[in-house]
Amino acid sequence: MSESGSYYIPHGSNWPIIASIGVCTTMVGGSILLNGSDIGKYILFIGLAIVIYMIVGWFSTVVSESERGIYDSQVDSSFRWGMVWFIFSEVMFFAVFFGALFYVRSYSLPWLGGEGTGLATNTFLWPNYEAVWPQTANGPGEIGGKFEHMSAWGLPALNTAILLTSGLTLTWAHHALKEMKRGQLIAGLFLTVALGSVFMIFQAIEYGHAFTELNLNLGSGIYGSTFFMLTGFHGFHVTIGTIMLCVILGRSIRGHFNPKNHFAFEAVAWYWHFVDVVWLGLFIFVYWI
Amino acid sequence: MSSVVKDTHHDDHPSGIMRWIRTTNHKDIGTLYLWFAMIMFFIGGFMALIIRSELFQPGLQFVDPQFFNSMTTMHALVMLFGVVMPAFTGLANWLIPMMVGGPDMALPRMNNWSFWILPFAFSMLLSTLWMDGGAPAGGWTLYPPLSLQTGDAFPFLIFSIHFMGLSSIMGAINVIATILNMRAPGMTLMKMPLFVWTWLITAFLLIAVMPVLAGGVTMLLTDKFFGTSFFNAAGGGDPVMFQHIFWFFGHPEVYILILPSFGVVSSIIPTFARKPLFGYSSMVYATASIAFLSFIVWAHHMFTVGIPLAGELFFMFATMLIAVPTGVKVFNWVTTMWKGAMTFETPMLFAIAFIVMFTIGGFSGLMLAITPADFQYHDTYFVVAHFHYVLVPGSIFAIMAACYYWLPKWTGNMYPETLGKIHFWLSTFFVNLTFFPMHFVGLAGMPRRIPDYSLQFADYNMIASIGAFGFGIAQILFLYIVIKTIKGGKKATDQVWDGADGLEWTLPSPPPYHSFNTPPVVK
Amino acid sequence: MRYLNKFLIFVMINISVLPAQAGWLDLNMPKGVTDISNEVFGLHMLILWICVVIGVIVFGAMFWSILMHRKSKGVTPATWHESTKLEFIWTIVPFIILIGMAVPATKTLIKMYDHSDSEIHIKITGYQWLWQYEYLNTGISYYSKLSTPYSEIYNKKSKNVNYLQQVDNELVVPINKKIRFLLTSNDVLHAWWVPDLALKRDAMPGYINEMSTIINKPGIYRGSCAELCGRHHGFMPIVIKAVTEDEYEKWLTARKVKTSGVAKIK
Ligand code: HEA
Ligand code: HEA
Ligand code: CUA
Ligand SMILES: [Cu+2]
Repeated sequence: MSESGSYYIPHGSNWPIIASIGVCTTMVGGSILLNGSDIGKYILFIGLAIVIYMIVGWFSTVVSESERGIYDSQVDSSFRWGMVWFIFSEVMFFAVFFGALFYVRSYSLPWLGGEGTGLATNTFLWPNYEAVWPQTANGPGEIGGKFEHMSAWGLPALNTAILLTSGLTLTWAHHALKEMKRGQLIAGLFLTVALGSVFMIFQAIEYGHAFTELNLNLGSGIYGSTFFMLTGFHGFHVTIGTIMLCVILGRSIRGHFNPKNHFAFEAVAWYWHFVDVVWLGLFIFVYWI
Repeated sequence: MSSVVKDTHHDDHPSGIMRWIRTTNHKDIGTLYLWFAMIMFFIGGFMALIIRSELFQPGLQFVDPQFFNSMTTMHALVMLFGVVMPAFTGLANWLIPMMVGGPDMALPRMNNWSFWILPFAFSMLLSTLWMDGGAPAGGWTLYPPLSLQTGDAFPFLIFSIHFMGLSSIMGAINVIATILNMRAPGMTLMKMPLFVWTWLITAFLLIAVMPVLAGGVTMLLTDKFFGTSFFNAAGGGDPVMFQHIFWFFGHPEVYILILPSFGVVSSIIPTFARKPLFGYSSMVYATASIAFLSFIVWAHHMFTVGIPLAGELFFMFATMLIAVPTGVKVFNWVTTMWKGAMTFETPMLFAIAFIVMFTIGGFSGLMLAITPADFQYHDTYFVVAHFHYVLVPGSIFAIMAACYYWLPKWTGNMYPETLGKIHFWLSTFFVNLTFFPMHFVGLAGMPRRIPDYSLQFADYNMIASIGAFGFGIAQILFLYIVIKTIKGGKKATDQVWDGADGLEWTLPSPPPYHSFNTPPVVK
Repeated sequence: MRYLNKFLIFVMINISVLPAQAGWLDLNMPKGVTDISNEVFGLHMLILWICVVIGVIVFGAMFWSILMHRKSKGVTPATWHESTKLEFIWTIVPFIILIGMAVPATKTLIKMYDHSDSEIHIKITGYQWLWQYEYLNTGISYYSKLSTPYSEIYNKKSKNVNYLQQVDNELVVPINKKIRFLLTSNDVLHAWWVPDLALKRDAMPGYINEMSTIINKPGIYRGSCAELCGRHHGFMPIVIKAVTEDEYEKWLTARKVKTSGVAKIK
């Protein structure tokens, strides 16, 4: 950084190119694997290893720069804008899958079932098909065979409570951080991580239940497709969120944050709340109504 | 600011290739983007020339129909994602920090990654040309079920799109963070140059729609490999749903490709008219309205898929409305020229040509928006004519105008004016020769995406093909001019153009490594 | 200069001769042979002319300014840069013009969506790369595909006038009767398009789209698949033979016999 300016501009970095190589290797490996060739697997793993190495390395660099006090409040605010817009992009990503769910429920299935302009479709192509959500939502071809749908009350409802509580514990931790109560901060974060993990375990149990007892999987027509894509991507985000929380927990234990300067904590908190809200949407539109 | 320890050895410039790979400097990255776009332009243009060669005459001469479809598909993907978007991001990198009076982009390391994704993503995409089953051939719109018939190329295609999307999103986040956070004191939002404004809105569009595309292609991927039924009627899905998703992305995407051009033109016209831009604030509002409307018009690409009447009407009206804010822009540009004292250097020539031909493209767009008439136009060369008019003499001309306008600033050297003018006239002549006849063959009934056609279309296709080769050769001149200017030439002053206004012109030509270390004072 | 003259003469000759060769009508949208297609043509021309007029005004103003307000003429630039009145005018005027376009367009569109009282129902199925036509309630069903020989496509023989626009079995329909088409597909998306009828609709696997028409004039009308459907998308033409009602009845009986004959052999 030149001395006169105050905004920190890192000098050259190797991480981006490593990231590109890592992600590209992963994708190429994945593609080869999907095309049915087993060596893809090894390429995929090499790629993933590079990606993980990169993430750890890149974030360590940032954390250490932050700890050395290089970032001023303007840098901090750049990070904030970055995180806000990143989360907005995630919102849009989930919006597609919600959109797909709404679309099939309100347009495609009724059409196949012969409502309105769909009369000819139903008569000539899919006679006898009646569109009832979710019972016949694996389509007129009964793709994937008979299945039972998920019910909302039971583990999903419990999971809702768990995730909402985790939002509370995280907020508690945040307040503690602002008031310099380290004990509460660590306890709050620890609880959040724990709740997140329990959520994931329950979700795994649910999936097992779906696969074995309900005959419900990705291949169960549009119901299975939307169900698993939405909950799957959500679960993936919870996993990422939990890992990030662990990192924050670790950093809190090392005493990294102070009441004024804790962007990383806030970023993770925003992210966690976002994942929380998505779950609420899921619970209402996927499980409940 | 406090006296915290800063890294001291920043101004070391590593040399050789590593300088470019490791760089976090907005100018270096801007240069990388621009060169990347230039290379891709020649690759994508080469594909267009293959298309035009095959269409030179009726009958199959050079390529297999499947390969022809691959060329159409890859040409579009390369041109949109590999040329226009990176070129605009390159311009944003070079110019936005200078225009708002900041030292660099807000998130420099991420900035580097946004760029360095692109060569990898495009290597993945272009490598599909040599794969079993050929490169993707389902059109750039990737409609299922056809796109699901792609061979080994399929996952590469999907992942490369994810990868490009990641790059665009990060690039856009950086632009927004820079604009919101790096402005010099006094640089209020309503004082920003229009290029900055249009990019701010473009970045918002990018962040809003690239994830939508990513989600859509992810569904394609799972439909092909994991047994989902998103686009399969038997499973309760719907192929049309993909089209909704795609165009929810796709329509804002076309404004992503044009809004920064508006910004460029709004910078150039006042300079050479020596008169302030007419209606600055209405330009800003118009841009915002276009962006807003772009979210509610997507189904005008799908008038023939069998949307209920009410839907068709809604999308028709909404689409027609876009003519109003766009008209405001055009009228404001013309009024800016009115009573000015104009000179016609190359950037101005390109900017004027932009206004004329973009408007022609806009008019044909408006015709397409009329649903009953679109039943006749849809999927014909009339559509091809429309979008090439807004894209080639639209976006591409604006990018070229920008290059001529700011090259002296970037390199410190003036470009050779006569050669620039020759390049302009050749381009303008040939671009019309290529794309104007396409209106006629389209109206006469020639469908797009076909490698062979019936005899009544022969004359005009021949003309179009000749035009395409002419236009291509003219672009070699452009490459030559750019390289020559970088190598040397008449030294440029700081101001460069006597009518130029804006912070970038207060810096030396070429500007220092960090644009504004001490924030400039903005009155 | 000499070359420029020669070039201009060349251009002039071509401008005057080319359209004559191709026939001027080939340069524009066909008027077609149904009431609707005539309306569509009217709409097309209306909007085209509106655009041309706006274009002439806008570009006219611009080129006037380019000619008159140039620095070499020694003008001093004005400094004004705002006028709410002007900007209001050019927001509101285009808006009114747009309404003027939207009204007739809406009327035509509503007519196009009216499929009631159809007398003949034909189900059309797209395949990679041919069409199947089923006359509902008659048992008639047959395939229709490109009949242009490969030798012409691969330039071994000279191309006939209907190159790429000919099929083995045409779709035969009567004039003056409302015909309803039910469109679907067996594999990927196709689109069934006949310009002279101003009909274009996508054929989608698993769904049926509808459209209807009344043809006014007997004749042979040619169209093509208008949605990319793979390798032979360009080789998937449509030919309709519109005949008088009598002829249609005759054709129908003849076809029925043929079809039932096939059925018996089976
Ligand atoms: C830069 C890219 C760009 C831009 C700016 C536009 C601008 C517009 N486009 Fe275009 N479009 C594309 C790129 C673009 N388009 C592409 C790539 C496709 C094809 C995709 C594919 O299928 O592969 C397409 C296809 C496309 C279709 C679908 C056609 C079909 O497939 O059947 C339609 C239909 O409505 C349409 C409409 C419009 C309209 C109304 C505008 C408007 O924004 C234009 C507004 C401008 C003006 C109208 C001119 C200036 C205004 C005045 C001077 C004011 C006064 C004027 C009047 C009142 C008339 N476009
Ligand atoms: C920004 C976007 C952009 C740009 C710049 C262009 C530029 C050009 N396009 Fe493109 N085009 C699209 C976007 C774009 N196009 C899209 C979105 C489609 C739709 C695809 C689809 O249907 O899915 C399309 C489709 C499309 C078609 C229709 C194909 C079909 O339907 O089958 C055609 C046909 O003529 C065409 C032609 C051209 C030509 C001649 C140029 C020229 O302007 C190109 C000029 C540039 C050059 C020619 C480069 C110069 C290079 C050289 C001179 C190198 C020569 C080297 C050697 C000989 C070794 N394009
Ligand atoms: Cu069938 Cu194109
Ligand atoms: Cu559009």
